[in-house]
Amino acid sequence: MVQTDLIKDPHVLTGKLHWGVIPFHDPVVAPVMFAAILGGLALLALITYKGWWGYLWKEWFTSVDHKKIGIMYCIVALVMLVRGFSDAILMRTHQALATSDAFGEGYLPPEHYDQIFTAHGVIMIFFVATPLMVGIMNVIMPLQIGARDVAYPFLNSLSFYLFLVGALLVNISLFVGEFAATGWLAYTPLSGIEYSPGVGVDYWIWALQISGIGTTLTAVNFVATILKMRAPGMTMMKMPVFTWTTFCANVIALVIFPILTVAIAQLTLDRYLDFNFFTNDDGGNQMMWVNLIWAWGHPEVYFLVLPAFGMISEVTATFSRKRLFGYVSLIWATIAIMLLSFLVWLHHFFTMGSGASVNAFFGIMTMIIGIPTGVKLYNWIFTMYKGRVELTASMWWVIAMLITFTVGGMTGVMLSIPANDFVLHNSMFVPAHFHNVIIGGAVYGYFAGFTYWFPKATGVKLNETLGKWSVALWFFGYFFAWIPLYYTGFDGMTRRLQYVDNPDWQLPMYIALIGVAMIAAGIGTQVINIAWSIYKRNDPQYKDVTGDPWDAHTLEWYTTSPPQFYNFGDVPYIKDRDPLLNMKQEGIAYKRPEKYSRIHMPKNTWAGPVLGLLTLPMGFGFVWHIWWMVIASVAAIFACWVKLNFERDKDYYVEVPEVERIEDEFLKSNEGRSFYFEKHAKYYKKWKPTDQNDSSVVAK
Amino acid sequence: MTALTNDHDLHDHDDHHHHEAEAADRYVFGFWLYIISDCLLFSTLFATYAVMGQSFGSGIKPEELFDLGFVAVETALLLFSSFTFGMAMLGANAENMAKTKFWLIITALLGLSFLGMEIYEFVHFSHEGATPQTSGYWTSFYSLVATHGLHVTAGLIWMFFLFIHFKRDGFSNENKIRLACLSLFWHFLDIIWICVFSFVYLRGAM
Amino acid sequence: MKKKLFQSTVLFSLAFLLSGCDLALFDSSGVTGKEIGDTILLTMGLMLIVVIPTILMSIWIPYKYHASKSDESYDPEWEHSSKIEFFAWGVPVVIIVILATITYFTSYSLDPRKEIVSDKKPLTVQVVAMDWKWLFLFPEEKIAVVNEVAFPVDTPVEFLVTSQSTMNSFFIPKLGGQIYAMAGMENRMNIMATEIGEYRGISANYSGFGFAGMRFKAKVTSDEGFAEWVEGVKASGQVLTDAEYDRLIEKTRDHKVEYFSSIDPLQFKNIIESFIGAQNGSN
Repeated sequence: MVQTDLIKDPHVLTGKLHWGVIPFHDPVVAPVMFAAILGGLALLALITYKGWWGYLWKEWFTSVDHKKIGIMYCIVALVMLVRGFSDAILMRTHQALATSDAFGEGYLPPEHYDQIFTAHGVIMIFFVATPLMVGIMNVIMPLQIGARDVAYPFLNSLSFYLFLVGALLVNISLFVGEFAATGWLAYTPLSGIEYSPGVGVDYWIWALQISGIGTTLTAVNFVATILKMRAPGMTMMKMPVFTWTTFCANVIALVIFPILTVAIAQLTLDRYLDFNFFTNDDGGNQMMWVNLIWAWGHPEVYFLVLPAFGMISEVTATFSRKRLFGYVSLIWATIAIMLLSFLVWLHHFFTMGSGASVNAFFGIMTMIIGIPTGVKLYNWIFTMYKGRVELTASMWWVIAMLITFTVGGMTGVMLSIPANDFVLHNSMFVPAHFHNVIIGGAVYGYFAGFTYWFPKATGVKLNETLGKWSVALWFFGYFFAWIPLYYTGFDGMTRRLQYVDNPDWQLPMYIALIGVAMIAAGIGTQVINIAWSIYKRNDPQYKDVTGDPWDAHTLEWYTTSPPQFYNFGDVPYIKDRDPLLNMKQEGIAYKRPEKYSRIHMPKNTWAGPVLGLLTLPMGFGFVWHIWWMVIASVAAIFACWVKLNFERDKDYYVEVPEVERIEDEFLKSNEGRSFYFEKHAKYYKKWKPTDQNDSSVVAK
Repeated sequence: MTALTNDHDLHDHDDHHHHEAEAADRYVFGFWLYIISDCLLFSTLFATYAVMGQSFGSGIKPEELFDLGFVAVETALLLFSSFTFGMAMLGANAENMAKTKFWLIITALLGLSFLGMEIYEFVHFSHEGATPQTSGYWTSFYSLVATHGLHVTAGLIWMFFLFIHFKRDGFSNENKIRLACLSLFWHFLDIIWICVFSFVYLRGAM
Repeated sequence: MKKKLFQSTVLFSLAFLLSGCDLALFDSSGVTGKEIGDTILLTMGLMLIVVIPTILMSIWIPYKYHASKSDESYDPEWEHSSKIEFFAWGVPVVIIVILATITYFTSYSLDPRKEIVSDKKPLTVQVVAMDWKWLFLFPEEKIAVVNEVAFPVDTPVEFLVTSQSTMNSFFIPKLGGQIYAMAGMENRMNIMATEIGEYRGISANYSGFGFAGMRFKAKVTSDEGFAEWVEGVKASGQVLTDAEYDRLIEKTRDHKVEYFSSIDPLQFKNIIESFIGAQNGSN
């Protein structure tokens, strides 16, 4: 790890970079580095040997297809999950070893440990949760609304590469130089140049700035897609709940990410050009950073959790074999959460001394969010009520979520009371709480959605048994890992301690370690599950032939798995909130329409990967003060942008015969299917088989 | 802006016009969303400016430097450029290329003069001892005003490339979308400047 | 099997909570701290009234309506019930109204910046967070101490808190309440201890590499004990000169306890004002 005394005056060619910044001698990092380099080289060699470059470039890297971009997001997210989780293992083992009545030694010096908890937070939020969610939204949302692609396919590709560059910068920081050691939100003045003179905070700045701009573009893209590209007949109040939550989440992102952009730009100016935004001296204001970063940061967690709520809603309705209970109140609850999320940021620093009135206001606003959230929980529970609940692996995730998230909600309300916060603030109770809601709310929701939609994205169903094992391991692992830390929080243990001098906390730390091992096993099971299911992809038990493996109710299942590049041969007219069930009941699902029209599609483009990846040398140059590299990359970005602007030939048509050929094959695979509702026809009182053609009976 | 439609594809007229109208609607709508996020960006900068409004440290204070007459001229230039852009839009609606280009050139010249005055002002302030490093106040002042200036610069570069596009394709659908978005952008910058003028210069000079 | 494991998890957590009576936050030795501990337990208890049934429902309902049961009450088109919706919104509203009321009143009554009423004259202690140690200045006694502070029992103590470098949070868990220490600003926290003893004092806001060692001993003494302690500090004979203060500014980890028998009475004010143009956050 780089010490401040290793920083040298910048050189014209290499900036601050020199051999000393590469941790060849670090016993922890060096082996990882060599393994990563060897593994990377082996992967590149394999691709070259197999001659896959052309295929990858044509079919994946330059693709503007929302489904492929979504899958790439998910792959990077899962790789980063392993990276972020290894940080978690390091932290838990270290703290377990570093707790004793004298000072336990642990095995990580603070210079290393403090980077690990910073990197863990940054990676898990920005490079695991966000991309996993954006990936699933990318694959599913356009399908749910019957669109051919997102509103701006090229922008979507660019967003992905900007995000990827952020992730790459964080990983490069592990081997070249250092990462920030400031906590994931880099509070000033600690993150200022005076107290953090190394390049760590600069890596933090550029990784977040570049990927954050990608998220803003995604937000613009998805909001426009949902408002402008829905299938005919699909009014806002007929949109699936997942699309609704995606919409609200992206409205949040559209509003908050510019705040992050400005805050980081201001920190950048402070660090690079001696501005005085957040300095101790000359009229700088460190409290402004804390306000800005949380004005972004708190809505950010709702940005993460709302789509998970949507996923939970879809999975629950499908596997309860029922319509979703209380659709309208779920939507209003989502909108309420979206609006309230902007009014609560101050609860992260009641202890700054804003005064009782301000604290009371923000405390009460915070707990009010508990109301719509509680409503959602009840709506899911009552969706199962009077249902035929099938406990598939995704449904296990839902139940794990309901239980864990309820506990997390409770501890959240406890923290929102300023009086309580004066003793709980920054204690272990706080990380225990937010892991409780982020793992229990967002991550379990994502995994429910991931398991549910995996066949749609890949054409392969995941193994149910392995899936249930990973739920069980995560679920119990979570409680083992975090209940002990709630406990130490009550005993006054602060977070982010590199060593601990209280022997009472040794047992909780060991129990937490067991929990982490269980979660690790859960992640391992998931990785094995994905590999195994893909390996067995042609086995009838795994292969999804019909495109509708769960006999579900929404539009994304009305196409092949994986969907054709144009998504739908024919986009149906939407009459109901459960359009596919409605079509199945009317007997028009999976039937050939009168005629197909030719389909207008965007062509793949080099511009996403080239423009996006050029920000990598730009960011790296900024981090190490290698100005020629910055100038060259910015010039190249500009040149590419201009070239792109003057390009013609960006689209093409899929002609009718081609559509017919593909669609006929798909319809054949659905011939003679009997649907769930047919077998349980007597329970459908509003629907009468004899009235098949009278749509008014079923449609609302 | 990367529009999907292109003008060489004339197989099917109905289809084609439908896509053109739909693309124009979609891209202009997306640009509105971008403007919302840009609004938030400026709001954050204004909020910062408000917080640091009295953080002079030991540095010079704005009322010693601000010259309202000078800023009034800047403001007039920019407001007038909004008017001339409107004239260019009228030209474009009538598909009159000469008129459109004429008013766009006037707009660009006004924008350039505005930028010139702004740079002159920054140099002048720096000589008087008000650099961004002087105090929190000047840090927030420069970052707010210069961000607006950078937007104006981006608008001017955009205008330059729009000329090349016009030369190549005339009033193609893509170019109309480009012009419509640029028009939105330019008027938006005008509104932001009015806020800068009121909250920064008027308040600072008093 | 899952259910059984779940029950054992609940038992496991309850065991933790029951052993909680000797946890620092629930066994507070400060007047505000005691009330905060009670508020935590009260609010948690209130929420458990709703939380436990919700958790039970989310296990019982999928069990009851499991597909294998082929329950005749299956109603796939049932999607609305005003009665249930009323409770779905009503129950959270009621509980939040109750909690909001508690929040409103405790925000004022338990604000650590509020002065504690007592017959005794309050003691003022000025606190400076440094890299990575705490400097305590006693303006009336004219002494200074590093990483140790003492004050008499049943006497209100007013801590005036600032920082020489990064943001920290001044916190004695057993006595309740914490407040941020920020450079150029003066924050305030009031404490009144009810039991004699020696308590852990920490920084509760991460402030850099030496953060874990940024701890101090908070000694609550009798009145006589406090006078003795002050005498002991005075006996050290070391003066907190500018040179000594500059030495303290240097980054150190796990700093030892140091006594200074004499200080400049304006030291604290000078430290705050050394940051040019910073805001005064004390209101």
